[in-house]
Amino acid sequence: MNIIVCIKQVPETTEVRINPETNTLMREGVKSIINPFDMYAIEEGVRLKEKFGGKVTVLTMGPPQAEAALKEAISLGADEAVLLSDRAFAGSDTWATSYTLAAGVRKLKEYDLIICGKQASDGDTAQVGPGIATHLDIPQVTYVKKIEEVKDKTIKVERMTEEGYEIIESSLPLLITVVKEINTPRVPSLRGLMRSKQAKITVLGVKDLDVETANLGLCGSPTQVAKIFTPPARPEGEKIKGTAEEIVVKLAEILKREK
Amino acid sequence: MPIQIIVEKCTGCTLCLKTCPFDAIRMMDKKGLPTGRQAVINFDKCTLCGACVPACKFKAILLQKEVCPVKVDFNDYKGVWVFAEQKKGKVQPIAFELLGKARELAADLGTDVSAVLLGDRLEEEIQELIWRGADKVYAVEKFELANYQDEPYTNVIVELINKYKPEAFLCGATSIGRSLISRIAIKIKAGLTADCTELAVDKEKKILLQTRPAFGGNIMATIVCPNYRPQMATVRHKVFPEAISDMKRKGKVIRENFDGAILNSRTRLLDIIDEIESTVNIADADIIVAGGRGMKSPENFKLLEELAKALGGAVGASRAAVDSGWMPYSHQVGQTGKTVCPKVYIACGISGQIQHLVGMQSSRTIIAINSDPYAPIFKVANYGIVGDILEIVPLLTKKLKEGTR
Amino acid sequence: MDYLFTEEQKMIRDLCRQIAREKIAPIAAEYDRSEKFPHEAIKIIADSDLFAIFVPVEYGGTGGGVLDLSIATEELSRACGGIAVCYAASALGTFPIVLFGNDQQKRKYLPDLAKGKTIAAFGITEPEAGSDASAIKTTALKKGDHYILNGTKHFITNGGEAGIYTIIAKSDRSKGARGASAFIVEKGTPGFTFGKKEDKLGIRASITSELIFTDCKIPQENLIAKEGMGFVVTMKTFDMSRPGVAAQALGIAQGALDVAVKYARERRQFGKSIASFQGIQWMLADMATKIEASRALIYSCAKMIDSGNTNVAKESAMAKLFASDTAMQVSTDAVQILGGYGYMRDYPAEKYMRDAKITQIYEGTNQIQRNIIALQLIREAAK
Repeated sequence: MNIIVCIKQVPETTEVRINPETNTLMREGVKSIINPFDMYAIEEGVRLKEKFGGKVTVLTMGPPQAEAALKEAISLGADEAVLLSDRAFAGSDTWATSYTLAAGVRKLKEYDLIICGKQASDGDTAQVGPGIATHLDIPQVTYVKKIEEVKDKTIKVERMTEEGYEIIESSLPLLITVVKEINTPRVPSLRGLMRSKQAKITVLGVKDLDVETANLGLCGSPTQVAKIFTPPARPEGEKIKGTAEEIVVKLAEILKREK
Repeated sequence: MPIQIIVEKCTGCTLCLKTCPFDAIRMMDKKGLPTGRQAVINFDKCTLCGACVPACKFKAILLQKEVCPVKVDFNDYKGVWVFAEQKKGKVQPIAFELLGKARELAADLGTDVSAVLLGDRLEEEIQELIWRGADKVYAVEKFELANYQDEPYTNVIVELINKYKPEAFLCGATSIGRSLISRIAIKIKAGLTADCTELAVDKEKKILLQTRPAFGGNIMATIVCPNYRPQMATVRHKVFPEAISDMKRKGKVIRENFDGAILNSRTRLLDIIDEIESTVNIADADIIVAGGRGMKSPENFKLLEELAKALGGAVGASRAAVDSGWMPYSHQVGQTGKTVCPKVYIACGISGQIQHLVGMQSSRTIIAINSDPYAPIFKVANYGIVGDILEIVPLLTKKLKEGTR
Repeated sequence: MDYLFTEEQKMIRDLCRQIAREKIAPIAAEYDRSEKFPHEAIKIIADSDLFAIFVPVEYGGTGGGVLDLSIATEELSRACGGIAVCYAASALGTFPIVLFGNDQQKRKYLPDLAKGKTIAAFGITEPEAGSDASAIKTTALKKGDHYILNGTKHFITNGGEAGIYTIIAKSDRSKGARGASAFIVEKGTPGFTFGKKEDKLGIRASITSELIFTDCKIPQENLIAKEGMGFVVTMKTFDMSRPGVAAQALGIAQGALDVAVKYARERRQFGKSIASFQGIQWMLADMATKIEASRALIYSCAKMIDSGNTNVAKESAMAKLFASDTAMQVSTDAVQILGGYGYMRDYPAEKYMRDAKITQIYEGTNQIQRNIIALQLIREAAK
């Protein structure tokens, strides 16, 4: 089974600090990590490979330093890694990003399954996975929480919904986006780390891909940022003080009013 | 690069530097300027996100979108459309929330509101959509569309959009909506903004202003798609109030029929399983009593369950509590869990990490109880109590039960 | 301080740190309470190839040295001294085979141990033979092509959970210390059973039990080295493993300091953070300095062993002695800094203190370590 896992390098938000004066994020010194949701995608890809054979290729689009994310994926069990990197990709929104990644996938030719995390922790759009599937004209199943079975070019999965889950069968190739219920990602192995140190990452630019430049980067992106602003801070809340009994009386009043 | 700083206009005020989410702007010393410095962009870090452009008061940053070839005539695109998500033949509340907002937008755009409903035998639901504010309902009723499936739904709606040309298209940010609209936007090459918390109209340009939290939630970004139609946006459940049903309203029903390949799907829905446990959909609750690490043990969550029961609400949890195995993931509020917007959110022993705050800070009233007076949760709380949760919560439950007797 | 690690040693450090933080820290308190064997943590450690680092490359390991093992043990102990000792005790049980086993024994046992498919244990201590190891009573008497083992070992870490045991027993009761030999005993061998499981003060995530041999018949090819070499095997094994115990103590001390520093920064009294009080600052400074001194001693000693120096009894005893005494002091001070909270089980400080105590006791009490150091000193002076 040949599997492609699409990942994104994001800032580690658990370490993001906020500048108290401007109330904006302080990015300086913030570590870059693999999007946490993509860790489940990598793990699922590696597990499928371990079960059915084949190989796992990780794919990302980003600046040269995104290579670190790909190397980490290799330490976790991925076999090969491809980085799409070119100044022409800068400014891509989800449309242009999925267009570019789909072109990268086409370059890899043979694949049965593409796995993405359900969304990226820095943008939370959940659009790029379905976007890649649409550009490639393959089916998709989003929010997959379990792969039930894989046999002869068909796959059966459980898709999480607001009320529970659905069981969906699909032909392969297919793109799935996965949720954290699907597995517990492993930590790397020492041998995996050694392998990733020596791994060669394939870097592809505009010239290596079969793309129309009008669909790339800033110009290929339908959305534009018109304004950026800091949300107005909530006014200082009221502190309720007193004995536990007094506090509870006040709370009961507030709850009655606000319900 | 398509972004540049116009040296003559830059005053070295550092406003852009503070807005840049990627730390890609630096100040360089420059003699002759009043501030003695000037902004410089680091292209290795710049993603061309454009955040700095509107931040500059002196119009000194140029992002050359204008070099892109642009279609300008969108006169034949009219109307605000709402995707009316249905499950098991019932239109979901999110559709009514979107209809309410769509009416406001349509008024500012000088156009009408339509709902798009796909399914099988939905007569009553069509009527309800009109009562809730749709001027037109585009209805496609086929056995094959009874349950949501990505491919046929995408194909049908793309056909409808190409035929009727709406200027805006709104969709719920649900598990169905997010999958569907992403496919549609790619097929028709339209701009799509996810999880908008505010939608408005630029009355001059007659375009949609789509506002959402960006870069982790501390900054809001207003997104526009001036050169593509329709302008597409998703909105999370509970962000806007539901439109009130008005049984006097009249509307037009446009039925479309599709057959053949357009309804084909390479995926097949075999079964739908509703789980009892996740029916406690915290996203639907009007009152949420949530606990964090400060609850100290899974047993203490029973106190929160009792309080939630007394209030008719649901129990939420922080990531710390879920990771400790005290509550199932379906109860997790925050960036990696659910976004909630209840009338009242009671945070018990939750310190208020930024990841948690982005999931609940739009709640109407926030009450925080925590033993640490410096917990960041107090910064967003309308009412803050520094005290012992294990003492206050049971007392409050008791008090509330007395009150209803 | 920069100890000039190799690339691979940095990898081991970062990997173990990640495992400790993400996989061990969240479950440490639970295993401390339940005193169950931490199978899930051991599986993660195994899948990450950490059991391979003390096995030579030709037998499926990565061929790391004592320093590599010390680094791993230190980092794991930072999150839980109990789980770390399950790991380190497997190394202890494996060393006799690595150091003295013949090719056939190595090929049979080391690959599975390197993969962590099974773990090892080392058995010498008996109810009446603790510090006085020569007093062991367990016998291994040769009968044809077999040895028959009889006797009881106690306080054996990984007892019952390990698949491979290296056991020291008397093959010749008439010869005292020179009558002891080392054997490999597999779990499941008829006549080999497990007795009492101890209820311990600390390192409760590890299993400590009794091994009982009743006419337990083992093939003669399971004899390690030669008859009568039992104590040589033991002493050389301990020389190798002592930096590991020292590293466990070091990790516990570092973990306790981490907790103390974090708490001191967060805790406010008299309107300010307690970290701003000089009394607390000086305590933290002393704790950190002793830890760094232990680290320097352990790493130097480990490097000495890895460079092939076999005369390390004094240095490894010093490392074990100093690091374990430091762990006890530092973890006790950490409890003090946390005040009332430090004494409570809901907070992690007291566990470090309980876990630290054993490091002053096992693999030679600190009194025995002092004997070793003094003996070496006197011998060196006599030369």
